[in-house]
Amino acid sequence: MKQIQTEPLVRIVKKEDMPAWQKIAVRLSSILLALIVSAVVIYAITKYNPIMVYQTMISGAFGTKTRIWSTIKEMLMLSCIAIGLAPAFRMRFWNIGAEGQVLVGGIVTAGCMIYLKDLPAPILFVIMFAASMLAGALWAFLPALFKAKWNTNETLFTLMMNYVAIQLTSFAVAKWENPYGSNTVGVINQNTRAGWFPTILGTQYFMNVFLVLLLTVLMFVYLKYTKHGYEIAVVGESQNTARYAGINVSTVIIRTLLLSGAVCGLAGFIAVSGASHTISTSTAGGRGFTAIIVAWLSKFNTFTMLLISLLLAFLDSGAGEIASKCKLNDYASQMIIGIILFFILGSEFFINYRLIFRTKTKEVA
Amino acid sequence: MQGFITLIQAAVFFGTVIMFGCVGEIITEKAGNLNLGVPGIMYLGGIASLAGVFIYEGSTEHPNAAICVIIALVCAFVASALGGLVYAFLTITLRANQNVTGLTLTIFGSGVANFFGGSLNTLAGRFEQIVVPVTSSAFRATFAPLAGLGVIGKLFFSYGFMVYLAILLAVLAHRFLMHTRKGLNLRTVGENPQAADAAGINVTKNKYLAICIGAGISGFGGVYYVMDYIKGTWANDGSIEKLGWLAVALVIFATWKSLNAIWGAYLFGVLYWMYMYIPGLTRSSQVIFKMLPYVVTIIVLVVTSLKNSRDKQPPAALGLAYFREER
Repeated sequence: MKQIQTEPLVRIVKKEDMPAWQKIAVRLSSILLALIVSAVVIYAITKYNPIMVYQTMISGAFGTKTRIWSTIKEMLMLSCIAIGLAPAFRMRFWNIGAEGQVLVGGIVTAGCMIYLKDLPAPILFVIMFAASMLAGALWAFLPALFKAKWNTNETLFTLMMNYVAIQLTSFAVAKWENPYGSNTVGVINQNTRAGWFPTILGTQYFMNVFLVLLLTVLMFVYLKYTKHGYEIAVVGESQNTARYAGINVSTVIIRTLLLSGAVCGLAGFIAVSGASHTISTSTAGGRGFTAIIVAWLSKFNTFTMLLISLLLAFLDSGAGEIASKCKLNDYASQMIIGIILFFILGSEFFINYRLIFRTKTKEVA
Repeated sequence: MQGFITLIQAAVFFGTVIMFGCVGEIITEKAGNLNLGVPGIMYLGGIASLAGVFIYEGSTEHPNAAICVIIALVCAFVASALGGLVYAFLTITLRANQNVTGLTLTIFGSGVANFFGGSLNTLAGRFEQIVVPVTSSAFRATFAPLAGLGVIGKLFFSYGFMVYLAILLAVLAHRFLMHTRKGLNLRTVGENPQAADAAGINVTKNKYLAICIGAGISGFGGVYYVMDYIKGTWANDGSIEKLGWLAVALVIFATWKSLNAIWGAYLFGVLYWMYMYIPGLTRSSQVIFKMLPYVVTIIVLVVTSLKNSRDKQPPAALGLAYFREER
């Protein structure tokens, strides 16, 4: 009796390490593909020429000096949060709570600006700097402690902490609202500019750029070249291996999360003191979630985070411009960002795996 | 007494939205996939139903209420299930990370929904406010003989049909997961995919189906919110997103059992609206009260992990991808 044995139509095989240029090529083509799909979507909705749409986006993001700065501000904010998340993710600890950690950092910064506005500027800055990091670290400490001691699910715990922080922000807004009844805090210290980042080299955003770039380098070195960074990587790969190697897993988890939360809290400080000079739930505005994707896609490389953040910031301000030109609302940018992220996420597959199609059918007697 | 009745009613309205989201997510998580795209899926469901009936009601002189309801539900289910399909394709076939893919789905869904919600009238070339009166009143219709039964009627029968549909789905989901062979297979996939695969259960197929159907059910939460809760219009205020995360919280609170989701959802509603009925609260302390559902969820999460009882744990393989080749 003849039996026909067939291999499956497609087999998936893990790929050996791909050359760097190929990885970049795969990612760039996924972005390109995503932009084409987005262009089709935009065309279907607005009937505008897609090329013109992208030209409008570029002018929306980089057209004037103010626009360039607002794009850069957005990019710095996303990078800063993503940098904060990097050590946690490297350890496979799903810190989904960046949104909340940023907000509590922002709340205490705003509080310092309101209550301590008469202090000399350098002292005020040191206090805000330390307080925001402390607040963020505390917000990450709770989930980390329970994860380390009782293996409580950190994804869900940190997620819930976000909403506690959001309510806390609303509480702060209600408490500090100015003018009364407006339900917003308004620009804090508008006249005295106490607690605002100073203008250096002709730009008020010098400190933002400086701080985030410094963090980028420091975190890169910390993760790649220090003992702590190595321990984080080992715990991330396998907790059992880490224990066998004599690493105290609980300590590493708690220490790393304190750091992660502190940097996210610092992002809140930069957002309040260095950009908006006010506090509201939109101080974080979903960036805590977007940054998770940035951190993951960059594979913990802080310099890649800057690039991905730039792409997202560009899309955000660019799509906003299209929306206002076409009298559509600016949620279009979220839609396009979603599409692009789907494509980048999908493209990782082609970096890590290889498809083998069935070549022949064997006949077995 | 009057205050108590309105509190219960508010809690039921509120709870129904998150119950749909929660039951859908329980089915998804039982198959081992943590889908953080629930808010996005609820957005997709809400906007699809609104767009569907907005077009239908605009196209005819006398829209038929039954057809309106069917269009709303079908549009929502299809759109939400498609959202789930994108998530399933990325996480199962392309092996992308579940958390990141889910969050992306939330960003995408809220973008799509708020974009169309804000521009539907411009796009349709009609410049009035988006309203779908016929559909909304069909969704909010109560069964008059029972609703008129005084206090009992107000407490139990003063709601649109979707309130009861949510309870029915929660019960059916429980029956399916706990008392059928297919449900057992699905749970095995979520607990131990290797064992399921070895026993000849098609892991991929089970996951795909659970995610898509689960997403479809979650999407009904968006329909209920749009058609009943805010009476057939659209608001770009991010409420669906908050409710969506509460639905994810409710899954934990219910310890992955859809029957618990029924009373849990109403309890969340009571906790959320309680501040309205406590005298002497200032606006800032009201806000603190709204924290309660999240704080309670954290406490439940912590307590279940402390007690470590086996029947209250998340599915063992939750959030972990399964690749047959990697053993």
